[in-house]
Amino acid sequence: MSDASNASPALLDVRDVSKAFGTVEVLRSVSLQVKRGEVVTVIGPSGSGKTTLLRCVNFLESYDSGSIRIDGKEVGYREAGTRQRRSERDLASMRAETGMVFQSFNLFPHLTAAGNIMLGLTKVRGKSQAEARQAAEHWLGRVGLAHKADSLPAELSGGQQQRVGIARAVAMEPKILLLDEITSALDPELVGEVLAVVRSLAEDGMTMLMVTHEMAFARDASSRIVFMADGGVSAVGPPKEILAAETSNERLRTFLARFRASHF
Amino acid sequence: MLSQILYALPFLAKGFALTLWVSLLVVVLSLIAGVTLGVGLVYGPTPLRWAVRIFSDTIRGIPILVLMFFVYYGLPAIGLHLPSFWAAVLALTLFKTAQVIEYLRGAVGSIPKGQSEAAMAIGLTFRQRLTYVIFPQAFRRFLPPWINGVTDAVKGSALVSLLGITDLMQAINQVIGRTYEAMPLYILGALIYFAVNYALSLASRRLERRFAFIRE
Repeated sequence: MSDASNASPALLDVRDVSKAFGTVEVLRSVSLQVKRGEVVTVIGPSGSGKTTLLRCVNFLESYDSGSIRIDGKEVGYREAGTRQRRSERDLASMRAETGMVFQSFNLFPHLTAAGNIMLGLTKVRGKSQAEARQAAEHWLGRVGLAHKADSLPAELSGGQQQRVGIARAVAMEPKILLLDEITSALDPELVGEVLAVVRSLAEDGMTMLMVTHEMAFARDASSRIVFMADGGVSAVGPPKEILAAETSNERLRTFLARFRASHF
Repeated sequence: MLSQILYALPFLAKGFALTLWVSLLVVVLSLIAGVTLGVGLVYGPTPLRWAVRIFSDTIRGIPILVLMFFVYYGLPAIGLHLPSFWAAVLALTLFKTAQVIEYLRGAVGSIPKGQSEAAMAIGLTFRQRLTYVIFPQAFRRFLPPWINGVTDAVKGSALVSLLGITDLMQAINQVIGRTYEAMPLYILGALIYFAVNYALSLASRRLERRFAFIRE
């Protein structure tokens, strides 16, 4: 825990996390730090463990060994090293500290846009109905959907739904926002509006860990890029360094070449 | 003939009241037990899941009449003597519970996994996830088969007459025994059962429409 007292301690500290589904190792001793206010994007071929890593951070997946700490607090287990899961109540309050935005939006279809945002605020944060409504309207305004507060998800476009998804996550005022390929399920013309919202949150200093296939966005918006391959971190560095065509990392070079070939 | 039937009406009404009482008990008790065990089946630890699965499959594989005779005539062998009324209610409830478990499993299972995950991600506890996210969506899927099941329970309650309980069915049989007017009395009985069940299915359709906004 010595690094927690450093001048700029990591808000998210992933140490040697490994995980296997049966005999398939999806995460191999992954380590990764995200500082307060940083935007870190994770790229890599599909099946490289990016999404699993993200899901471990808010314990939607358990991990077999290693430790994940947010603000110095171990995420899923009572103590680092022990395999004793936290209680259901403990896990819930830990998860409330991390916001998550999903590839498939996962809005609650029986609740309005405002209702989606208010649920966590009233039931988890203990806000009154009126306070929650006010916060919901504030955040909907922030993502450009003030006029859609009373619409059901089915009445919104994909891009609008995802913006509600983002508002739902940030309204909880999480310490870190996890974004899991949030534009992959969108029509190309709707990607921009969602990324614009993410960019403006980044400018406001929101700490983010983002799995994405949007290379241009990763290049422009991230503090650092993590390249994952075969369940491990293969390269970490500033965007310029990672996305440079002449990188010496063989796997990264292949990935980028393949990516360029299919996207340009 | 008509006068004989009119004379028997209060007696039939009493039988009918008992039919409704048995049905109500079975429906309410099986709803509570079935939803509880169904949640255990979907979310519980493996041993509980197995226990519920075995219970449900076993009960659904036994004819309801056998189940009823087993509870009434069989259980005394292990020292459990139930009055005929409660033996019948228990047997019908067990049977209905097994069905409710399956309705609940189907309804909850139709909700995408992402819904639970999104609810977890905002910090809802298990109970809150069920209450505010899963059940409101599953309700619409649960309702139609469950109301069907309620009408089955009303019809199935006629079996209690075989344990000598004077429900509508038994009352009709007794009146026929005295009057020998089988045809009109059976028609009357059929009409009463039909009226109850038709009212239920009308109510069901109305409820379904009310919750139609949820999905699709």
